[in-house]
Amino acid sequence: MSMVADTADLRAQTARLFRRKRRAALAVPVVILVYLIYAVFAFDIPGLVQRASGDNARALMADTYSYKTHVTRDNRDASVSVSIEGERKGRYAEGTAPEWVALGETTVIDLGEGHIVTFGPETITYDIPGYGLIRATPTTTQGVVQEFPFETLPDWINSSRNRLAITTEAGRLSVTRNRSEVFRYFTGWELFFFTLDSPYHGLSVGQVASKAMSGQAGAIWSDFWNNTMWRHADVAWAIFETILMAFLGTMGAALVALPLAFLAARNFTPIATVRFAFRRFFDFVRGVDGLIWTIILTRAFGLGPLTGALAILITDTGSFGKMFSEALENVDEKQIEGLKSTGAKPLQRYRFGVIPQITPILLSQVLYFLESNTRSATVIGAITGGGIGLLLTQAIITQKDWEEVTYYIILVVVMVVAMDTISGWLRRKLIKGGDGGY
Amino acid sequence: MTDLSAPHQPASDVRASYLAQIQRRRLYSGITLLVFVLLMVSGFNTAAARNGGGFWDGIGNFFDYPSELVLEAVSKIDQLPGHFLTYLPALIETVNIAAVATLIGALFAVILSLLATRGLAKYPRLIGVIRRFMDILRAVPDIVIALVLIFILGGGPVPAMIAIALHTVGALGKLFSEVNENADLKPIEGLSSVGANWSQRMLLGVVPQVAPNWLSYALLRFEINIRASAILGFVGAGGLGYELRNAISWGQGRYDEAAAMFLLLFITIVIVDQLSGHYRERLTHGASAKGAVA
Repeated sequence: MSMVADTADLRAQTARLFRRKRRAALAVPVVILVYLIYAVFAFDIPGLVQRASGDNARALMADTYSYKTHVTRDNRDASVSVSIEGERKGRYAEGTAPEWVALGETTVIDLGEGHIVTFGPETITYDIPGYGLIRATPTTTQGVVQEFPFETLPDWINSSRNRLAITTEAGRLSVTRNRSEVFRYFTGWELFFFTLDSPYHGLSVGQVASKAMSGQAGAIWSDFWNNTMWRHADVAWAIFETILMAFLGTMGAALVALPLAFLAARNFTPIATVRFAFRRFFDFVRGVDGLIWTIILTRAFGLGPLTGALAILITDTGSFGKMFSEALENVDEKQIEGLKSTGAKPLQRYRFGVIPQITPILLSQVLYFLESNTRSATVIGAITGGGIGLLLTQAIITQKDWEEVTYYIILVVVMVVAMDTISGWLRRKLIKGGDGGY
Repeated sequence: MTDLSAPHQPASDVRASYLAQIQRRRLYSGITLLVFVLLMVSGFNTAAARNGGGFWDGIGNFFDYPSELVLEAVSKIDQLPGHFLTYLPALIETVNIAAVATLIGALFAVILSLLATRGLAKYPRLIGVIRRFMDILRAVPDIVIALVLIFILGGGPVPAMIAIALHTVGALGKLFSEVNENADLKPIEGLSSVGANWSQRMLLGVVPQVAPNWLSYALLRFEINIRASAILGFVGAGGLGYELRNAISWGQGRYDEAAAMFLLLFITIVIVDQLSGHYRERLTHGASAKGAVA
């Protein structure tokens, strides 16, 4: 009798359990979905779609892999200058120009595929194949006087009384009363190796190599290293500074946390109050976020890499303290007892009984943090002003040097992956070497 | 192993060679220590030289700012609850950024991790590609993605959310696939023998085994993401970090508001840490006590 009752009971129980599980299995996705729908409105995504700038996205994408050369005519004195990206550092010397620009009384600019722009003494012309000749004459009194081959204008021509802008696949021409400007686009990163004022600009790899063989290697290196557009020396220093911040912060934190961890470990500090105080101290240091520490430290130490290193140091002291004290609590007591029986003093017991046991664990955790702090140092550097993070934010703020942003991002990725590989390799070696400990 | 060819080595020889070995080891560790100290000291000096203010000048001022902050907050303690209320929406935004990023990141991480685990992957040839992809997602600092997206999308929470979510995909994807590697393959074989397709095999065979560990890692990531979300706010992505920067860059007179926000952030982080620690304990309880250090 009781068997039957039990079975029926069990059955009802199981059925209840299944119903509950089924409800949970349904409820979880529904809750997530509801939350995400709430987030769509909390984040104002419909508004964002309208505000998002497609032009900015296109400019950014184009700039990461291409560059433009500006040919500019000052309409007041008819002088013509050519510069890369419109920057002073990329300007061609007076009277020189790339081969597609023929300077003269009438400057002829060949944009390729038959597109010809001329800067005459009075009139600017643009000959577009398949469309016709456009003439524009900037005047001081009547704005820009324009003549088109057809009455109705296509949408790639933007014309008003004082301004004419034409965008074609070959380039872009804009004429205002004071300035006429032509952009021609090229693929690649301009002047990456040598700037225009360097004698090695425009030479092929073979030519540069042969010059290097004939004793100019030093000059070539210095022209490359001190390139004013890409600032390779500064970038290399910034990368070094970022790694330095991570190194100082991580190692400093480990050095500070190790003695404190003894005070927070049950088997080394019998006094519960002390233990509790240090544990709460670690929690507090971790809980006050790195951001808050960064702000406080910036007030005390000013901007710079040291501030970043200290911010990492303080935040990680909390994490290390917690992890080290946990490792210490798992230490094998037998070795310490053995040392005690030979009459070792407490410091000697720690040095020879405890440290060798926990070294592999500590080192592998420190290395892991070193690697993840390389990334944090980039972010903290952007706030405290040090390292590659600073260069990155500076380049992003200009909103036009996207090729430099791309370059820095690639360098950061390479740096992080390299640190990852090195620390992984070291970790494996240490754990293998450390008595097969952990 | 004892050397059998020389069984009667004099004890003094053994001792001498042992001492020599110890001496050599001491020398090596001494040199390593010396190099380390030199690196630390010279690195410290280099960093200090490039800093706006020196270390030794600054260390005395370390408590100036916190004490000013606390003093002002204490003197205006009656306004503190009001400030808490004012900045509560900003705090909710910061938490929302972290939560949505963790959710979306974890969803994609689940899919990518299953595709990147040997034995489970649907397209074994793509394992390497997906792993490298996740490495890159992990390597790009979220601040970079956020700043680029702010340029395209304008300021606000979405760029930060996307940036953190992308990073989360990389970080969780790696951890998840490590968990997946320990999954028992027998349920999967059983499922495939009854004709289940890949997604059914994963959903019914793998997910029940690994879900607790996934959840545990996702909770840990949520803790990290709250901090990241506050930092990204500081560079213009909305939320509490943004308000904090405004309060600070006003300089004088808004210390009480800054203090209120510091407190809000601190309390939130502690609460989330405690809650997630508690649940992670429960999730991994019984399962192999993995040191969830990530």
